[in-house]
Amino acid sequence: MAQIFPPVTNTLARASIFGGVFILAGAAWVFSVVDRSPYMSQVDVVREQPVPFSHRRHVAQLGLDCRFCHTSVEDSSFAGIPPTHTCMTCHSQIWLQADMLEPVRESYRTDRSLEWTRVHDVPDYAYFNHSIHVKKGVGCETCHGRVDQMPLMWRAETLHMEWCLNCHRHPEGFLRPRDEVFTFGWDPVDQEALGAELKEQYDVAAPRTLTNCSICHR
Amino acid sequence: MSEAKPKTPLRLSDVRARLEKKSGPAYWRSLDELAGSEAFQELLENEFPQHASVWPDGVSRRGFLHLMGASLALAGVTACTRQPEEKILPYVRQPEQIVPGQPLYFATALDPGGGALGVLVESHMGRPTKIEGNPDHPASLGATDARTQAMILQLYDPDRSQVVLGGSNIRSWGAFEEDLDNQLAFQATKQGAGLRILTPNTTSPTLIAQMERILAKYPSAKWHAYDPLDRRSAREGARLAFQQPLTVEHRLEKADVIVSLDADFLMSGSAPVVAARQFSSRRVPEQPMNRLYVLESSPTLTGAQADHRQALRPGELRAVARFLAADLGLLNKGNAELPESARWVRSMLEDLKAHRGRSVVMAGDEQPAELHGLVHAINEALGNVGETVFYREPLDALSTGAAQALDVLTRSLAAGEVEVLLILGGNPAYDAPADLELSTHLERVGFKVHLGLYDDETSLLCDWHLPEAHPLECWGDTRSFDGRVSIQQPLIAPLYNGRCPLEVLALLEDRSGLGSHDLVREHWKGRLGEDGFEAAWRRAVHDGQVQGTESPVVDAQCGPVDSLFRDGAFAGPGASGMDLLFRADASAFDGRFANNGWLQELPRPLTKLTWDNAVLIAPSTAERLGLENEDVVELQYQGRRVEGPIWITPGQARDCLTVHLGYGRTRAGRVGTGVGFDAYALRTWEAPAGGTGVRLRKTDRQHSLVTTQEHHSMEGRDIVRSFPLAELGQDEAHAEAESHHEGPTSLYPEKPWDGAAWAMEIDLSKCVGCNACTIACQAENNIPVVGKEQVANGREMSWIRVDRYYMGDLDEPQTVHQPVPCMHCENAPCEPVCPVAATVHSDEGLNDMVYNRCVGTRYCANNCPYKVRRFNFFNYPKEVAESETLQRNPDVSVRFRGVMEKCTYCVQRISHARIEAKKAGHAIKDGAIVTACQQVCPSGAIVFGDKNDASSAVAKQKSDPRHYDLVLGHHLNTKPRTGYLAQIRNPNPAIEGA
Repeated sequence: MAQIFPPVTNTLARASIFGGVFILAGAAWVFSVVDRSPYMSQVDVVREQPVPFSHRRHVAQLGLDCRFCHTSVEDSSFAGIPPTHTCMTCHSQIWLQADMLEPVRESYRTDRSLEWTRVHDVPDYAYFNHSIHVKKGVGCETCHGRVDQMPLMWRAETLHMEWCLNCHRHPEGFLRPRDEVFTFGWDPVDQEALGAELKEQYDVAAPRTLTNCSICHR
Repeated sequence: MSEAKPKTPLRLSDVRARLEKKSGPAYWRSLDELAGSEAFQELLENEFPQHASVWPDGVSRRGFLHLMGASLALAGVTACTRQPEEKILPYVRQPEQIVPGQPLYFATALDPGGGALGVLVESHMGRPTKIEGNPDHPASLGATDARTQAMILQLYDPDRSQVVLGGSNIRSWGAFEEDLDNQLAFQATKQGAGLRILTPNTTSPTLIAQMERILAKYPSAKWHAYDPLDRRSAREGARLAFQQPLTVEHRLEKADVIVSLDADFLMSGSAPVVAARQFSSRRVPEQPMNRLYVLESSPTLTGAQADHRQALRPGELRAVARFLAADLGLLNKGNAELPESARWVRSMLEDLKAHRGRSVVMAGDEQPAELHGLVHAINEALGNVGETVFYREPLDALSTGAAQALDVLTRSLAAGEVEVLLILGGNPAYDAPADLELSTHLERVGFKVHLGLYDDETSLLCDWHLPEAHPLECWGDTRSFDGRVSIQQPLIAPLYNGRCPLEVLALLEDRSGLGSHDLVREHWKGRLGEDGFEAAWRRAVHDGQVQGTESPVVDAQCGPVDSLFRDGAFAGPGASGMDLLFRADASAFDGRFANNGWLQELPRPLTKLTWDNAVLIAPSTAERLGLENEDVVELQYQGRRVEGPIWITPGQARDCLTVHLGYGRTRAGRVGTGVGFDAYALRTWEAPAGGTGVRLRKTDRQHSLVTTQEHHSMEGRDIVRSFPLAELGQDEAHAEAESHHEGPTSLYPEKPWDGAAWAMEIDLSKCVGCNACTIACQAENNIPVVGKEQVANGREMSWIRVDRYYMGDLDEPQTVHQPVPCMHCENAPCEPVCPVAATVHSDEGLNDMVYNRCVGTRYCANNCPYKVRRFNFFNYPKEVAESETLQRNPDVSVRFRGVMEKCTYCVQRISHARIEAKKAGHAIKDGAIVTACQQVCPSGAIVFGDKNDASSAVAKQKSDPRHYDLVLGHHLNTKPRTGYLAQIRNPNPAIEGA
């Protein structure tokens, strides 16, 4: 009776056992790359909004402070999305006929909320608090990027846990004086030295506390 | 349950034999434990009994895996999908006080049954989520009880009535108003002679004033008020003693000796929360301790706290009261004999006499009016009036005579005098005494309207059913035990188009346009005066109370009691046959909370039964009659019958059967319908508390009862400690040695706990076992309800349980309660066994649970000696109605199927306090973190804080000689952060065997 498998099968079998390791490693690598890709993390992806609101226009060109609209950033976990009334402070005076502002006027008329799409969305099981970060000298820019240069809003960072931990393990690399929290394009001479000093001054907790699971997850 | 083993019968003689063999203070949890039954062994050995072998609906494990294969294969892939898109909807006009992400608290008042309580309700952007006590309110003092906590779930109950029903058709409020107007137009021609209004008994000044106007408009109309548990005999008792209705107020914090004649003042009464606080303030050895004597027929939590407790039949109880009165010279001694079973009453009497002016004698609400009158006289003779006992004028509709009782109404109904009947609130068709035959009489009324939270038994018999607004949805006012008025304000607009009684009554006085806000405000404008009204009104609404509205304290003189009490009305012992006792249920109360899943699943005090009521019977009586737990018996009482399962209850008086009201509902909703049996079917108008002459017949059926008393048992190790005050000094060394016992040397280096070290201390002397902590935790931490079948499998989810231990005699045991949350062990046994590091320690000593890492091996629960870990066997969060998700605390993750969870020490509250302290630039102050269980606790038994801060309350308690840790036999070296203060009792040295 003839052999079903030719001798070459032995080599193939050995190669595939050995290769299996590489196949698994390869799959893991692909997973990690895909998981970190902009497709998954939505970094640099512009989301559709009811109104093409331009932060570049309002922040860089008109010079509005972040807190003019995001009023609760210093008091609450949530920075706050401005009520239609805030928009209408100016837009009841200027750009009255602009088509792109029609949803705002409609919201004002009908008393129905504008439906914005969340750009920066940490998962529901992570409890981020804006107010404490602002108080400890973490700039808006550190997480949200150069918002003053964004005509439409996109996510500048992945908001992955490993990214959060970068700072929670090593806050010195990111802290800035409280006066500069709302500044864009802030460029310190020696971040590490300044960061270490600010960490002391602002009583920022040690990494072993900042990396407790329950600091963010409850 | 197809695979459930047949139960081996429990032999009480074996139990007694084992109990006799135990030496020293031996604690036991249940009869099954004492008997060492197979079922108990199974519960003991498995962390989740029957954990994986039984699936619901008869699906086998193999079958389940077969079905789920595809889903399981895909389960891993879900992590690869993108995060779903979320919308943000900002306000159009942001309300002034709202800061998104920060809750607001509003003061209002709620009545959980018994009396109103001032509360603060947490609201997240218009969505009420949690009820807390109002620290400034005299009836709350910052605490609440279990039922008040659960009222938030009632608000979101999807089974609440949602539409106006005319007959069985959906109609509109407009159509009802039109129909009512026609009826009223006819009634107006005859001065309202055929008009009757039935409400629950009320103290609301606005509603009472409204009724006065309506009755002035329709002079021949009548207002009736009925509550199934309304303290009628207490009211009558005051009339007998003082010739006027008065309410009694006790200042227990001033009393050295307290005698309760069947008064469960810690759980029922008009202000149980306040009573628990006052009472427990004197239960610690640092204060001069009070001494509590309880004589009662059915075991209560108050009896469990007693230094001396004696189970007595109602007749014997009355004889004791007569004996006390006679000895104090109030009655002729000739006809006062002490029953044989009352062992230490003479010593108690000496104790009372030695503490004149510093003692209290109380009578239970279920006791006859004559006994109440006698107790008034006894307190007066002991000089307690004006010291520990005060009388106030009652202001409720029944006491003032503004409303008439239900029996008057049923007589009018029977006579055919009633043409229009408005039933505003309550559920009389279900809870009226059986002998009044209300349901039958209702048929004779032409136009019947029911306003109710639910489309219930009463709605079925009425022509119109109107949805009632929940107390959290409308304006109103109410009085608490001292008469103080609280303004109720709504937290949310009515979810289901409901209206409150005030608004429906406004239809009768041609003010139909007015909402409850206008009505309440207008009333108080008249009361507070136009001048400065706005400021006074705002203050009243903000504070949740109107200052200066207390009912005045009355200096009442008790009349001579000897002439008042005819012998016939006050028969002593000797009555043959068995006694039947009706009692309010701790959860369902009078039935109004029957559809509340939190309360149904909450183990009832002492019996630890869930999802059922039962016929409670004493062990000795059960033995004599050959009855076992779960045997269904038929009760026959005054020609009426009802069937219910037996539950053998240590501490029950012999030949007494206790049944709890509020069950056997036929139209409660999907949670409460068909749970338990309806004890109202036996109740009569004349004797609402029960009486003698009940007959019991055993059927050949069994009804499975589910109790949690054996779940999570900790192997009978040295768990609870309780000793008399006299031994405190002697035991000090003992306690000290144990708590600082050098455990086995650890191979691992000691962890430095140099930052904050969160810790909890629970004072067993103060804990009254009321279960409020369990419900508060459930509300705060989004804990699901699992249902009777799953509780039977030991899968209840509560993060803090209240264990109940008995000690000593089977018929007259001592009882100790022990709340058990997570111990947050410094060397946590759960942590090393987790293969995915889903449970790890924080540097502040919290045993964190990382839900997203958990893969559900349940090794941690297996390795937890305290059995505090809970597992989501099913996807509970998806199984609740949409409306109930609104109750969830946004600061706590909602856990999915297959995830382990447990007490976190309310880590969200710790985080909040930490962030606020850091923003303010100071350390977290002691007392800034209040856990949910601590906040709700009426007796203040729980303390939480940083044990590294020597000045903190928790650190001080940890160095108290009473402190001990649950080390479970000295060899585990777990170093728990949750500690206990041993219970101290204060028995009378003159009484033997105490």
